[in-house]
Amino acid sequence: MIKKKTPKERRIILKHADNPGYSNKLDCYLKNDGYAMLKKAFKMKPEEIGEEVLKSGVRGRGGAGFPAGMKWKFLDRKSGKPIYLICNADESEPGTFKDRQIMHKDPHQLIEGMMIAAYAIQAKQAFIYIRAEFFEGARILEEAIAEAKAKNFCGDKILGSSYSCDLVVHRGAGAYICGEETGLIESLEGKRPNPRIKPPYFPAVLGLYQCPTIVNNVETLCNVKHILEMGGEEFSKIGKPNNTGTRIWCVSGQVQKPGYYEFECGALTLGEMIYDVCGGLLPGRTLKAVIPGGSSSKILRADERFSGKLKDGTEFDWGIDDIPLDFDGPTSAGSMSGSGGIIVMDDTVDMVEAMANINAFYAHESCGQCTPCREGSLWMKKITTRMCGGGARKEDADLLLSVANQIEGRTICAFGEAASWPTQSFIAKFRDEFEDKAQNGSTKPPLQLI
Amino acid sequence: MSTNGKSSMVTINLDGNDVEVPAGINLVEAAGIHGTEVPHYCYHPQLSVAGNCRMCLVEMGTPMRDRATGEAVLDENGVQKIGWIPKPIIGCGTNVSPGMHIKTKSPMVTDSREGIMEFLLVNHPLDCPICDQAGECRLQEFATDYGRGYSRYVERKNVKPKRTKLGPRVTLDDERCILCSRCIRFCQEVVDDDVLGFVDRGSFSTLTCFPGKELSNNYSLNTVDLCPVGALTSTDFRFKMRVWFLKESPSVCTESSAGSNILVSSREGEIHRITPRRNDSVNDSWMTDSGRELYKQVKSDNRLLSASVSGNSLNLSEAISSAIDLLKGKNVGIVGSCRSSVEEQYLLNKLSKNLKAKKFLRGHFGDDDGILLSADRSPNLRGNLVTGFSNKYPSDVLPELAQALEKKQIDALIVVGEELSESGVDLDDVNIPVIFLGTHQNKTSELSTVVIPTLTSFEKSGSFINRNFRLQSFKQSVPGPAGLLPDLHIIVSLINGLSEDADQSSDLASIWKQMSKSTTNPLHGIVYSKIPGDGIQLDGAKWDSLPFVEKKALHFSPLKQTQSA
Repeated sequence: MIKKKTPKERRIILKHADNPGYSNKLDCYLKNDGYAMLKKAFKMKPEEIGEEVLKSGVRGRGGAGFPAGMKWKFLDRKSGKPIYLICNADESEPGTFKDRQIMHKDPHQLIEGMMIAAYAIQAKQAFIYIRAEFFEGARILEEAIAEAKAKNFCGDKILGSSYSCDLVVHRGAGAYICGEETGLIESLEGKRPNPRIKPPYFPAVLGLYQCPTIVNNVETLCNVKHILEMGGEEFSKIGKPNNTGTRIWCVSGQVQKPGYYEFECGALTLGEMIYDVCGGLLPGRTLKAVIPGGSSSKILRADERFSGKLKDGTEFDWGIDDIPLDFDGPTSAGSMSGSGGIIVMDDTVDMVEAMANINAFYAHESCGQCTPCREGSLWMKKITTRMCGGGARKEDADLLLSVANQIEGRTICAFGEAASWPTQSFIAKFRDEFEDKAQNGSTKPPLQLI
Repeated sequence: MSTNGKSSMVTINLDGNDVEVPAGINLVEAAGIHGTEVPHYCYHPQLSVAGNCRMCLVEMGTPMRDRATGEAVLDENGVQKIGWIPKPIIGCGTNVSPGMHIKTKSPMVTDSREGIMEFLLVNHPLDCPICDQAGECRLQEFATDYGRGYSRYVERKNVKPKRTKLGPRVTLDDERCILCSRCIRFCQEVVDDDVLGFVDRGSFSTLTCFPGKELSNNYSLNTVDLCPVGALTSTDFRFKMRVWFLKESPSVCTESSAGSNILVSSREGEIHRITPRRNDSVNDSWMTDSGRELYKQVKSDNRLLSASVSGNSLNLSEAISSAIDLLKGKNVGIVGSCRSSVEEQYLLNKLSKNLKAKKFLRGHFGDDDGILLSADRSPNLRGNLVTGFSNKYPSDVLPELAQALEKKQIDALIVVGEELSESGVDLDDVNIPVIFLGTHQNKTSELSTVVIPTLTSFEKSGSFINRNFRLQSFKQSVPGPAGLLPDLHIIVSLINGLSEDADQSSDLASIWKQMSKSTTNPLHGIVYSKIPGDGIQLDGAKWDSLPFVEKKALHFSPLKQTQSA
């Protein structure tokens, strides 16, 4: 299906992806100036590229929003060990489906971005770690890499230079935790993807095979190509200060036109996204809540007011519709833009059931390495499942909140927060619905006769 | 923790008090040095840091510095401010740094511990009354010390495999497992036998053996000791005895020259199990499975329980008198033992000097496993060198004895424990009196004229010198069989009975007074009662040229006999 561009969209990453006749083949990519930036990169010094990326201010698109140029700076170049580049294509956050579009429709853009990045950090070997369920994406990428290798865009002596870097697609085995960078590294090493403790295992120092490693998201690596094209300075003018470049937002839930939309950071508000871009809610429905950055970000209630001071000192007082769609907007509203997965919920949604759904996901996906997340996520799932099954109790809301609080900040990786933030925010904002469940349901759990 | 020079110490603030701790150690160790317990499950001082149980969460702050200038940020009193990390951090995975502040008793820490304890128990069966770990269970201990004391869990608990045989000696109850991964890390890092792992994920994660493998290495029972809960239990020991009835005595393993430090657990004179005792210079916290079996020899069927002369049972003093009569005025040969204690070897040497006896010594050898089972399968070969009983390295045959017997150079023989037919000496046709001192029956004891039963190392006190030339003392754990006396008494009776002016005491303290007198002896200046629990390193340089058979192993390097690796 070819999507029509919505008025304010500014497509950089997905510039060609949905154009009629555009294919994921190399000849099509080359016709559209493909690999021109790789050629440009090889005329530059590696550290110059790093400087451009730092100047661009581009922030990681995987969820945490950490400046990519900074991440590259942390790389331990003195150790003498080989450096690795990994593309995190384990896109598994419920509500997010942007990287898949890039890989399916414009794989060479990712390969070009990766090879530029690999050259910039002087990586010995590059990997694309793709989630198990993206078998089609893996096939497309493998074909694209073969094409690129045949034309010397990656692999041995790239573009006739002395620099070589092989690129390999590695498929995951079906675990959300592999999106956590140290978990991903463990998995790539062939082990259980148990995230590593930090310190000491910061990937930039002790990453893959205990060597310095950079792990970047698909969208971030694609941006490297465009940063080189327009220069870091110019790129930083797209969007807003500290929120540079475009972002691909993935809208799902009860809107008329769910889908992915690429906008300059801060170019529009959440309200504009829902009502103008996505065609509004289904007929006769009203907005109840929005999860702005994938299922792990905190939920926003439709009738909430968000006020406070921005980083630059300006005061704000927003309704949910006024939240600017960039990195800092949802963060200022007490949530986060995460991986850009906007989940819209209307008044037909039972918040306890939505909670149960999210809890089931995190209980299923917890790796089980550290105690709070392993036991807490399943406990929360058991509580919400019981509540939905008619066994809700008055004290369950408090219990859920307390369990979530016992997880947050005490785990090895950020999965603890991912699992506890939804519960914390659901209870904080929809406590009445959790308590209603107890009044309308029975007061004690039903006996399961066996 | 090996260095304690001033320069390698750092000052940290522990719960409001400035204390000095060795640089580079982690917070669990640092707090422990100053008597503050930081509870932990997955952390073990001799394994890699996993950081997964989260029980050791503490609050940590470091002196604040301005990011731009690097200058110290001071408060209104001119004292450097402390930047507290908003989240608790793991004590096991965080090393001390100068000026670091740690809180182990703050509300955040207390709350973290309560939370972790609750999580660890939600899917735990709470079956302490029928659990063999009860009494030595970290879950029980920390639940009492750091838990809330009640449960808010009303859901169904997870069901996992029970009574799984992981190997010939270890039984697993997965429902009790808290997934700390100590056993997995032990097998990988210490034994290099990677057979354990987790399958499934989240709360359903389950410890198991890899398909087609089993936990059968000779160190498998260490996983039972390492397991902080009742998940891994010893198939041999489980349900035999409640641990709170057991008396623990420090001892030394006699399996090989490694000299693992052990604890002997007994109740009312009966030994029920042997577990390793931590010694960072010898065996860390480990020992072999085969070494744990040794206590069974105490009650074995072929144990010598009464003295006999020419096959007739007599009491001990009568047998000793007969032995003295048989030895008087003879050309005596003495076969010593690498399994005797240092003190026994010293006295035996004295006896042989008094009698101008010929001395013989055989070794016992096997394969070296590179960890704690060394090729020298006797605990005290080096004791013979240090006490002077022997000055050359023994082999496992005794051709010189066979020759001496053949040439009739010997007309009475004392044998300590050895089975001579195994070492190429045939006693069948030898027509001289043989005095046998030993704990167990063997072919030699059957052919001996006088058999004097002695005690096992569990029933007496003494010391051994291990492969590192480390002197380690062991204490009596259980009383010996009725009517028997320690080997020392027997040898002393022989010494005093065979020379008129002899007045040897069998008291350990006075024997040590004699042994430690010579300034040229490595034992110089040592007082038995002051030998520390982890032993004394002796200088064995004198014997460097001997062909010791031990290979490189845990805390042992053949090139440096005298130093721990």
